Amino acid sequence: MTGPAVEARDVSRSYRLDGVSVHALRGVTLRIDQGDYLAIVGPSGSGKSTLMHLLGCLDRPSAGSLLLGGRDVAALTDGELAQLRNQTIGFVFQSFQLLSRTSALDNVALPLVYRGVRRAERRARSAAALAAVGLAHRLGHRPSQLSGGEQQRVAIARALVGDPRVLLADEPTGNLDSQSGADVMDLLGRLNSERGVAVVLVTHDPSIAARARRRIHVRDGLIERDDADTPGDATSAADAPA
Amino acid sequence: MKVTEAFRVALDALRANRLRSALTMLGVIIGVAAVVILVAIGNGAKREVEAQVEGLGSNIIIVVPGKFEFGSAPSVSRLTLADVDLLGRVVGDRRRVAVTIASGETVSVGSRKVFATVNGVNENVPNVFDRAVARGEYLTGTDVDTRRRVAVLGSSVARDVFGDVDPLGRQVSIAGVRFRVIGVFVRVGSTFGVDRDSEVHIPVTAAQRLFGVDRIDGLAVKAPTADDVEPLQKRLVSALQDKYTGEEFSAVTQTQILGTIGRILGLLTLVLSAIAAISLLVGGVGVSNIMLVSVRERTREIGLRKALGARSRDILLQFLIEAVLLCVVGGLIGIGLGVGSSLLVSAVSPLPAVVAWWSPALAFGVSAAVGIFFGVAPARRAGRLDPVVALRTE
Repeated sequence: MTGPAVEARDVSRSYRLDGVSVHALRGVTLRIDQGDYLAIVGPSGSGKSTLMHLLGCLDRPSAGSLLLGGRDVAALTDGELAQLRNQTIGFVFQSFQLLSRTSALDNVALPLVYRGVRRAERRARSAAALAAVGLAHRLGHRPSQLSGGEQQRVAIARALVGDPRVLLADEPTGNLDSQSGADVMDLLGRLNSERGVAVVLVTHDPSIAARARRRIHVRDGLIERDDADTPGDATSAADAPA
Repeated sequence: MKVTEAFRVALDALRANRLRSALTMLGVIIGVAAVVILVAIGNGAKREVEAQVEGLGSNIIIVVPGKFEFGSAPSVSRLTLADVDLLGRVVGDRRRVAVTIASGETVSVGSRKVFATVNGVNENVPNVFDRAVARGEYLTGTDVDTRRRVAVLGSSVARDVFGDVDPLGRQVSIAGVRFRVIGVFVRVGSTFGVDRDSEVHIPVTAAQRLFGVDRIDGLAVKAPTADDVEPLQKRLVSALQDKYTGEEFSAVTQTQILGTIGRILGLLTLVLSAIAAISLLVGGVGVSNIMLVSVRERTREIGLRKALGARSRDILLQFLIEAVLLCVVGGLIGIGLGVGSSLLVSAVSPLPAVVAWWSPALAFGVSAAVGIFFGVAPARRAGRLDPVVALRTE
């Protein structure tokens, strides 16, 4: 499918905290195309997490419109939104968010459970996804039996298993040592280039952001700067030491 | 998500927290087991009493002065031995009329003493009641007419005062007067600890002299067939009321006694079940509590599941099934425990316990209902959680 995968048009989000309105986002317009590799960068409290939640359909904008695969999120019920999230978005979290008493295979299969995929097919697809992240030999292991880097790769396999259009990664290397972090970043880069999945990194680490082809700088709920590499730059950025 | 899938997820969650699941189920287990056991005991008691009353014999009409009521003091009797002939004419056969006058007296042989119910009776008792003599003879008409001091002993009286010695032909002292033992009854056992074998039958004439009275307490009439019972009942009462004008008499049948006892025991069972039901309710509240704790503890898991595409309905279903599973599994264990304990109680204690087929079914239904009722609130709370907030929870 061509066209934007996600499009935010003048999106704002405000909360009421103890009766006070907090404006986390104040009119953001952003378009993410198929195959994009971008990083959302900004200090904490800048609104980058809120933006990611909106892009991932975990939350709805207070104003403005958000389109996912051309459909306006505002028109969907919570149930339909969950379905849409299941089919188009893959999440990778800083703290992995794996179910602790569940095997790697069953963790990866979780999105397919909510899609109504049959058990045998779920297992086959999950095993393939784990093989794709280099964990074909760890199917039956529980998260506690895996290293941090391996756990994050399980989480990436889980994000991938449903063939999403967009992979949202929130500080994916935040809890990893530098070598594991580099491995995870290589994996994300490869998925982007080989499978054409749009990858959106949320990070405050400039060296991680440098891996992306496009960087959105967020500050005080607004996009401060949106700079994209030229195709030549993208190669050099990917080769630069992390 | 399909229900079978939600079932598996719920089962996994319960297995992952074995100890907590077991403790949560305990309330339901105890509640259900209590319902089953108490109903079984009430039920068994009712059957036992029915068997005892029916075991007296068939088509028996008991005639007593005054109004027959449970719990009321016996009325002063004006009935005499002559009334045997009167009622005999009503029934058409004097041999179908038995009399009784009863008193608690000390029965002794040497230094061995026992307190027994001494019944003054006539020779017709074996014609009316099913009361068999194991050894020796029962009283005869001559014994009654000549006021002979002879006695037929209940099996436990015989054992208590004579031990291993054969009592037949030996002397026994009843309220200080010597009687000769001519027979021993067949053992019939006890009802609720009241030993029906600690009875002594002596001729009614001898009993009147012993107790210093000339009345009798009541009469028992055996109707020829079951169809005769009801018409006879009325004719017996009117015959007595014609003789003793202004007096009231009652004639009660076994069916009426059974009805009264049944009502009393039914009420007792109901009260016991209500108490047990309260413990089931408390068990249900326990399930609700644990489910709320579980939802709070697994907030992040819920957030993750929602992020990955679970709808509120899927989460609600998962937690509801968990609660229902806890209750249903607890209920099944409780039923097993209740049925087992009932069997044990009836095997080792004098309380007869008969498991009613409907009580496990009812207990199971109630525990499932408790699971749904008390699972809904925590499950709804889980379903409504905002994924963004839930994921941020540490």
